Amino acid sequence: VSRLAPYRAGLKAGVGFALAAFVLGVSFGVLAEPIMGPVAPVVMSAVLFAGASQFGATAVLAAGGDALTAIAAGTMLNARFLPMGVAAATALHGSPLRRAVEGQAVVDASWALAVQGDGRFDRELMIGATLPQYPAWVVGTLIGVVGGSALGDPDALGLDAIFPAFFVGLLAAELSRPRALAAALFGGAIALALTPVLPPGLPVLLASAAALIGLRSDL
Amino acid sequence: VTEVWITIAGLTLATMALKAAGPVILGGRELPARALAVIALLAPALLAALVLTGTFTDEKELTLDPRAAGLGCAALAALLRAPLLVTVLVAAVGTAAVRAVT
Repeated sequence: VSRLAPYRAGLKAGVGFALAAFVLGVSFGVLAEPIMGPVAPVVMSAVLFAGASQFGATAVLAAGGDALTAIAAGTMLNARFLPMGVAAATALHGSPLRRAVEGQAVVDASWALAVQGDGRFDRELMIGATLPQYPAWVVGTLIGVVGGSALGDPDALGLDAIFPAFFVGLLAAELSRPRALAAALFGGAIALALTPVLPPGLPVLLASAAALIGLRSDL
Repeated sequence: VTEVWITIAGLTLATMALKAAGPVILGGRELPARALAVIALLAPALLAALVLTGTFTDEKELTLDPRAAGLGCAALAALLRAPLLVTVLVAAVGTAAVRAVT
């Protein structure tokens, strides 16, 4: 039990995230079932566990795109995991394989919770917070596939505003750090400016370039 | 149908590689102070990008819709140092309310 204690704070926070993941999982199941049948959406949620890219790739297939286009679109939507993984790396130890496996626990909400303002990262907080989200995402997808459109429109409840609001709350806590406001304004501007000209996902990846202002020692 | 399974397999492998790259290459070692200074700013930069693209974009288009009202409510709650759960709830309520009347 004592070995699990460090994960408890993350697990606690993860239950709240799991609720949101469940709702999103249901809407993914509802959306994907007519396009790829009942089994594939659940398998996709179980092995991929990355919401935005699942919605994105499914939209490409629904529009008649081929697998390569769907993979490319989904990969670009997930490109942010590269810089997120770099930030998490400072806290991950052990063999390369172990670090690779623990790196899979990087999902937006958990990462944002675990990243500390000074460049440090809380491994146990991230892993603990990710654990409840995984079954919620997979079971939510299953219920969406089975229950279908009988569940109504999640957008009518404003549920699509949940994740931006969550990130705003975390961002507000970050802004007291030196240069964080500048990085946020710069990163947000990059993402919005590039949205009309690049495929979805890439603008968020490139927004990470705003962090390079950390190299300037005279600010 | 095969396209679906190829998509799932390919996207899963690509995503796993993206998540593993940082920890495998940089994990378990001390990073110089200048690198940590950059990493510390990844959070505000990426969070701001996620907030703004999640609120003001739809695919490749810039949009202004009820999600903006939700973001306004969330920003206000965050400024007043409301708990995270309250921030999220007021955003959902704000978005749903504006959507209901428009």
